Amino acid sequence: MARPPLAAKLLGSAALLMVAAGLFWGLRLVPPDAFQGDVQRIMYLHVPSVSAAYLAVLVTFCTSVLYLWKRDLRFDAVAVSSAEIAVVFFGITLATGAIWGKPTWGVWWTWDARLTLTAIVFTMYVGYLMLRAFAEDPRAGARYGAVLAILGLPAIILNHFAVQWWRTLHQPSSLLRAGGPSVAPVILWPLVFNIVAMVVLYSYLLVERARLERIRHRAADARLKRGRRG
Amino acid sequence: MIAELLRRTWAMTWKDVTVELRARERVNAMLFFAALVLFIFNFALGPDRETLREVAPGLLWLAFLFTGMLGLARSFQAERENECFEELLLTPGDRESIYYGKLAGTVLFMVMAEALILPLFGLLYNLDIWGHLPSLALVAFLGTLGFSAVGTLLAAMTAHLRAREVMLPLLLLPLTVPVLLGSVRATQAILAGEGLAGVSHWLKLLIGFDAIFLVVSPLVFEFVLEE
Amino acid sequence: MVDVQGLTKVFGRTLALDAVDLRVDRGEVVALLGPNGAGKTTLLKLLATAIKPTAGGGQVLGQDLVKGRDTIRRRIGMISHNHHLYEDLTGEENLQFAAVMHGMRVETGAVAKALAEVGLASQARWKVRTYSTGMKRRLVIGKMLLFAPELLFLDEPHNTLDQGAIALLNGYVASVAARGGAAVVATHNLTRAYAMADRFVLMRDGAVVYRVGKDGLSSDQLRDLYARHAESGDSVAA
Repeated sequence: MARPPLAAKLLGSAALLMVAAGLFWGLRLVPPDAFQGDVQRIMYLHVPSVSAAYLAVLVTFCTSVLYLWKRDLRFDAVAVSSAEIAVVFFGITLATGAIWGKPTWGVWWTWDARLTLTAIVFTMYVGYLMLRAFAEDPRAGARYGAVLAILGLPAIILNHFAVQWWRTLHQPSSLLRAGGPSVAPVILWPLVFNIVAMVVLYSYLLVERARLERIRHRAADARLKRGRRG
Repeated sequence: MIAELLRRTWAMTWKDVTVELRARERVNAMLFFAALVLFIFNFALGPDRETLREVAPGLLWLAFLFTGMLGLARSFQAERENECFEELLLTPGDRESIYYGKLAGTVLFMVMAEALILPLFGLLYNLDIWGHLPSLALVAFLGTLGFSAVGTLLAAMTAHLRAREVMLPLLLLPLTVPVLLGSVRATQAILAGEGLAGVSHWLKLLIGFDAIFLVVSPLVFEFVLEE
Repeated sequence: MVDVQGLTKVFGRTLALDAVDLRVDRGEVVALLGPNGAGKTTLLKLLATAIKPTAGGGQVLGQDLVKGRDTIRRRIGMISHNHHLYEDLTGEENLQFAAVMHGMRVETGAVAKALAEVGLASQARWKVRTYSTGMKRRLVIGKMLLFAPELLFLDEPHNTLDQGAIALLNGYVASVAARGGAAVVATHNLTRAYAMADRFVLMRDGAVVYRVGKDGLSSDQLRDLYARHAESGDSVAA
């Protein structure tokens, strides 16, 4: 139980290989962008991070609904694991966005619609983790977290529209589009590969973190039983 | 069934409003705080008349929201003070009436506060609010409703937590950014004399937000109250 | 009226209640005896469906403890040491509010009648903030009279009560039992428990450690049993 099962180890190795390969491809092999130069390569980390992060958000939402419905703690284990990973990936997205922005537009933060939305969702999920941490009873924390995650999904969708309209009414859109309106294959393929690699990494992290959470549940149960007998 | 829901909701609202009016803690705090906020913003932003008029709608809504959060926090604070939360847990029947009752109370208090803040705002920032009162009132109501719909749920959730004064804003603000954006844009348009036609998409967003959360929040409310 | 098995409740890291069985029949008054932390309040809250069990289950008033919560809540009453009264409302308003939230259609005069029965008729329009503790407890009894529950749960009901209020409370509990209902009283006051209950369930550290009926049991014997099984140093046997 304490050591990862074989399947997880294989998944982890696959993730590591794919991410390494994908980053090498994007960061070294692909020719530099005509306008932005080498900095544009950070897209191969930035876009996959945010893709995996939103996938994590979706997973948290679904498992939260399932937890409240079925009350199976395994769903909650997946929900909180996915939320933690989402926070990490959103953090990477924001950091890479800033790193991309500084040389390109001269500023660390541009209030660009997508980045702003990312920052809002990042804050939501940090709030989720804090909510669970501050609830005295872990079961209550699981319930509250689930409710927050459920509220979060329509909120994210509404935020998407709100932030988009907010930006386009005041400034011409400086949205970064992945590779431009028609994506050249030499850029598209490494990008897709990196996105897939990140999703595989996400899956591995999710599986391991959820397993850890289950071990934590079992340890808590065992502690209670020991307290009973002693 | 519906009759009982309405009766219980009405009872809950009546109780909240009566208790608050008699204790008069919430209303006073909200009003003084709002007045202070409006005043202080003026100092923080400098004397330039034009700048102030441009950012005024944003300031108005910040005042509304901060005041609203005070009101929300108080809403469940009173239950804890009277040790009545447990009693609420024991009431039979649906939980929705508790949610709607608290929501109605919160909206009522926010609207009361806003009705007093708005003239003060017009005065301090030299804006003609009287000419646009109906539209301003509509936007204020829609924004308040959305904010309270989510806020009531989160206030119930954070009422028991450590660091609840921090948790409520932390959880509430990201979720209600659409309300803030929509209300501010619409208010801006109204005060600039453009009317509501140009911001109809923002109004639709506000209405959509209100509709969604007025449905979702009561449904998940029971999960917040149990145990 | 109560038939539960294996009731367990975990709060975070604490095992508040450990596999408790309890059975209460019609007409009985059962006393839960034990020091602070024995789990008496937790057990009462579970039976009153204010909280859900971590494990175990059973029936209260013929309804499943978890699934039939709504029905159970309509037919029970809980008197705890917290009054659950709104200080800024009058006695009358508190009862009116409680009745509506309980799902009752209150006939005109029902509230006044209940207040009169507990001796609060002239203080009905006073704010509860001005009531003494005894008056507040009497108001809670008035609330019970309105609800007319079949099953009563009482959590340390005698704390800080004057003789008149105690007599009123005991009389009310006895009348509920006499009418075919039942009551479960949690207390660490052995004298009072002995006076009102038919059966005693001794608890300690979340578990039931002894059960005994009143038949042929003197109050000294009860005290003895309590000292031997339940005492952990901080009980009050007044």
